[in-house]
Amino acid sequence: MSSLENKTSSTWLNSDRRRLIVQEYGIFLAFLLLVGILSVSNQFFLTPGNISNVLLQTSINGVLAIGMTFVILTRGIDLSVGSVVALAGMVSASFVTSSATAGVAGAPYPMVVALAVGILVGVGCGALVGFIVSRFSVPAFVATLGMLSAARGATLIYGGGKPVPALSPEFRWIGTGSILGIPMPVVLLAAVFLVSWWVLTRTRFGRYIYAVGGNPHAAKTSGLNVSRIRFLVYVISGALSGLAGMILSARTGSALPQAGIAYELDAIAAVVIGGTSLSGGVGRVTGTLIGALIIGVMNNGLDLMGIQSYYQQVLKGALIVGAVMLDQKRNQGV
Amino acid sequence: MQPLLKVEGLKKSFGGVAALRDGRFELSGGSVHALCGGNGAGKSTFLSILMGIHKRDGGTILHRGKPVEFGSPAEALASGIAIIEQELSPVPHMTVAENIYLGREPSARFGGIDFKTMNRNAQALLDRLEFNISAREYMMNLSVAQMQLVEIAKALSHEADVIFMDEPTSAIGEKEAQHLFQAIGRLKAEGKGIVYVSHRLSEIFQIADSYTVFRDGAFVGAGRLADIDRRGLIRMIVGRELGEEYIKTNTPTEVTGLEVAGLSAPGKIENISFSARKGEIFGIYGLMGSGRTEIFNCLFGMDRPSAGEIRLDGRTVAIRQPSDAMAEGIAFVTEDRKLTGLNLTDSVRNNICLASLPEMSPAFVMQQRREQQASADMIARFAIKAARDTMPVSGLSGGNQQKVVLGKWFLREPRVLLLDEPTRGVDVGAKREIYRIICDFAAAGGTVVMISSEIDEILGMSDRILVMRQGRSAGIYGRQETDAQSLVHLST
Repeated sequence: MSSLENKTSSTWLNSDRRRLIVQEYGIFLAFLLLVGILSVSNQFFLTPGNISNVLLQTSINGVLAIGMTFVILTRGIDLSVGSVVALAGMVSASFVTSSATAGVAGAPYPMVVALAVGILVGVGCGALVGFIVSRFSVPAFVATLGMLSAARGATLIYGGGKPVPALSPEFRWIGTGSILGIPMPVVLLAAVFLVSWWVLTRTRFGRYIYAVGGNPHAAKTSGLNVSRIRFLVYVISGALSGLAGMILSARTGSALPQAGIAYELDAIAAVVIGGTSLSGGVGRVTGTLIGALIIGVMNNGLDLMGIQSYYQQVLKGALIVGAVMLDQKRNQGV
Repeated sequence: MQPLLKVEGLKKSFGGVAALRDGRFELSGGSVHALCGGNGAGKSTFLSILMGIHKRDGGTILHRGKPVEFGSPAEALASGIAIIEQELSPVPHMTVAENIYLGREPSARFGGIDFKTMNRNAQALLDRLEFNISAREYMMNLSVAQMQLVEIAKALSHEADVIFMDEPTSAIGEKEAQHLFQAIGRLKAEGKGIVYVSHRLSEIFQIADSYTVFRDGAFVGAGRLADIDRRGLIRMIVGRELGEEYIKTNTPTEVTGLEVAGLSAPGKIENISFSARKGEIFGIYGLMGSGRTEIFNCLFGMDRPSAGEIRLDGRTVAIRQPSDAMAEGIAFVTEDRKLTGLNLTDSVRNNICLASLPEMSPAFVMQQRREQQASADMIARFAIKAARDTMPVSGLSGGNQQKVVLGKWFLREPRVLLLDEPTRGVDVGAKREIYRIICDFAAAGGTVVMISSEIDEILGMSDRILVMRQGRSAGIYGRQETDAQSLVHLST
């Protein structure tokens, strides 16, 4: 009897450990599997040029998805990131353009000025959304849906519906330059990731975010300033959208009014694939980064296989839903 | 006479861990049977198997002498076994009748719902049970107690003859509980078998005829309540002699700790004044909605009083938000630990540290070693049973969860402890430990204000008792000069 019990308990431990491994690293294993399949099936996939290409394509969505992670951890959502990308990209571009008609008076300014302006535009949009969500208890879905429309409109008004071309080479370095052979957008994504990871895992503010998302009532009774934390996560998401907007316009060399359309969907997808719960309080920025890489690798791999982008969208949809289905099953298995 | 329900040798394991090893139970018609046991005794597993939520690993269930097996709660209900769960889940924006007949609405022409028949049937049922509830009322307008009655009516509309009630009085007041007991009495008279699950022993002795005790997943004993006393039942539940249920070790000093004068919040409380001394356990008794919790909300800055003063150690303090109250050394253990006390998705350690993060990590970066130390201290001090302090707090039993909440606040070394229903949903053994923690705190010179709707607890623990009635004070009484009857009388 006792030996039987021992046996069952040891297999249970094993299955428990197995589940823990799947839970902790499942998304990473899925990513490795995907990379493995693609590198076997296509000889170009693992070439340095292609890897750099994938990272470059992931960088903008990665930055947005990391900002989105902060918001979703507090039970919120930010639908406005794509429009803020366009607005911040365009406003900052107008400070570094050499075009006489599209620029602000005195342009081109040094890159640092444009950078500051772009981030400020993002912070401003985020602060407005955050204020509306935290003070007036407007659902984040509605407040950011409003910003999605308003920021797009503001972009069109600001640029008169036209692109801002001819950006200064200094500014374009953000999108096209490189440090030690690593493209700048990838460097920026890495920096954003490291800082975010540190904030979420090692600082008080990070813990507050998880507490507010996990149980806002308990957070409030524990003396936390819940509305200030809610406010700040939208500011962070806005600031990172501003950064992403500048990377985008610096890469393409001009700021387009229709830039960033539907970017919010890819950002949310990366967060969800990365295992962050839409009901808040659970999730990691590491997962989000891998989620963004999975989307990037998948798009790239399907491109290499010569599969039309229309099919890619269908597959991406299936991936998002599949990831959450697995997540649900995993949670029920307790 | 053939028993209504007979269960033998019921077994269930989850992932190799036995939750129920030997569940035995026998219920006869026209009786109320109490199912007793501490947290982790296997009661919930037992209920969930009978309800068809979980499949059993072994054992037999005989309903009216016939073996049964349920694949879902709907099947259990269809065969006449219903449960009134601890946490009710009505559809708030539907009427009482719609809730009762949810999924079985009588149809009218063209596939619509025959509302007239449905309302008439529902009303007839409610009237027969003398529940005094309108079938056309929206569910959200009912009190928790009334919702329970609707659940009972729903069970009867399914022709259920076995009705389980899981902690039905945990969210309702004393007077409402008495109404519920009358309803249970009527069900009994109709020949139904009621299984009553509760941690509150005085209720069990009031309404139940017989009892079954589970401990550590196995049947321990059963019998008629007339043949056992409270002490004996507790001994069976915890498996050892526990001594006095309420041990008071504190003695109030003459120094006032917390003083409240003329506290009012419109529509909630009016002109509440009391002073609790250092070393005193000051009880607040009242029905749900009598303004008990609202006093605490004002004291802790969750709510803004319109008038009144709060004095600590004779000094008037201004409290606008919880962090102000915390800075003054006030701690607030809220009524519902799952809703407002804990972050269930987070670990034991993080929950313990949640209210002390600025103190423990004055800079932006967290001091992990200090958090680890603090959490280890609290776990040792309160004997919290957790495998690791990094495990999710949701995996602990109710009693241990409550001790985590206490640990969170004791970490701040408070001077005033506000306790709102500190032992709700906690088993007999853990209750005792919580009483000891409270007494030790008061004995060391702390001020305790405790709300409880359990009369035994309030009489057993408090030095003085403030009785609340409809948002006003109905007087303050010493523990010697009052008893259960007069408390109930004063509060209604």
